[in-house]
Amino acid sequence: MPMGVVSFGGVTKEVCFAYTPEVVPGDWVLVHVGFAISRLDEEHALEVFRTLKELGELSDLDVPQPARGS
Amino acid sequence: MRFVDEYRREEDAQAFVRAIRTRVTRPWTLMEICGGQTHTLLKSGIDRMLPPEITLVHGPGCPVCVTPLTQIDRALAIARRPGVIFTSFGDMLRVPGSTTNLLSVKAQGGDVRMVYSPLDAVRLAEQNPGLEVVFFAVGFETTAPANAMAVKRAKKLGLPNFSILTSHVLVPPAIEALLSSPANRVQAFLLAGHVCAVMGTSEYGPLAARYRLPMVVTGFEPLDLLQGIHMAVSALEEGRFGVENQYTRTVTAEGNRPAQAVLAEIFEPCDSAWRGIGVIPKSGYRLRPAYAAFDATARFDVQDITADEPKECIAGEILQGRKKPSGCAAFGTRCTPEHPLGAPMVSSEGACAAYYLYARAAVSSA
Repeated sequence: MPMGVVSFGGVTKEVCFAYTPEVVPGDWVLVHVGFAISRLDEEHALEVFRTLKELGELSDLDVPQPARGS
Repeated sequence: MRFVDEYRREEDAQAFVRAIRTRVTRPWTLMEICGGQTHTLLKSGIDRMLPPEITLVHGPGCPVCVTPLTQIDRALAIARRPGVIFTSFGDMLRVPGSTTNLLSVKAQGGDVRMVYSPLDAVRLAEQNPGLEVVFFAVGFETTAPANAMAVKRAKKLGLPNFSILTSHVLVPPAIEALLSSPANRVQAFLLAGHVCAVMGTSEYGPLAARYRLPMVVTGFEPLDLLQGIHMAVSALEEGRFGVENQYTRTVTAEGNRPAQAVLAEIFEPCDSAWRGIGVIPKSGYRLRPAYAAFDATARFDVQDITADEPKECIAGEILQGRKKPSGCAAFGTRCTPEHPLGAPMVSSEGACAAYYLYARAAVSSA
């Protein structure tokens, strides 16, 4: 059983990666009841902000940058 | 936290609300499928920010809520037995059965334990070879792969003392049942993003085409929901139907193939009862014959236990979006999270719990 450790904003938990073999350390994943079920696509994660910009509701300065962590 | 906080910014939410207001010209009724989405909508106040033309009704996507009373009574019967460790997700423990709930059985000496993952239940079975470990396997397509893996793991480890009591439900047949009802008033769906993360989106295209309505795969943060609403309203206003994906950072069209493969190995579709709604054809999963040894219903001989739904609870109408929790005569009086009549008031994904928590807070702070 491929297991790994995921940090949830600082709290770590052991998680099963049987369903996401493509994940490598450092990736962001969606975890549900102890299983990683999806690898987060960082490029697509910004789409919502592009849409807002297209709608004329967001200035360039407001678009979150991919490199910004928390 | 990254990929969470960005989707909660107030000014961006307001920007989407303005865009929706610009788009809408007439009344539309949208249903969000998942109870997690219902809670975000109520908690963030999106329901009150939207233009009055848009009505959001809340869907059946709360696994604890739709688990039939019969299954809960069977769970209670198994949990009372000596020599049994009964394991469940925490949400289920306070859901009322016909006469009691799992937490009360625990208080009376039953060995009922909350687990975070079904794999924790398998571990308990490994550690307690002299005891029967039963896992209450409820959930939609998002949870079913985890439950399936627990069974697969137990078989691999040769654990004779592990079994599951299943109550799995599937979204597409429930949508079909809603749409084919003459009482339906839903004109567009916000699909449950995490269900689609597992199953992909291919099941929804034929439904959207047959009933000619928009379905938008939607995430769970405030901006996700607002963008999903914007996409659905745009499609409605332009007379378009079909499946669109708002939640592209998590959901692909094909879904999670390894999870689908394990699901197909362990489970097969079956007719399933939904609490307050009734039986929906091919809307659930049962263990395949090769895994029948892990079926707790047969192992503990509880198939004869059946129960009728309490009359005062209108969970069925709530779960089909026909009534809102605030329209229930018992809401907040004879039915509260401390003394619930039905599951939607207990579960962290239940619509009644969302209204009780957030709508009441809004009233008291007004």
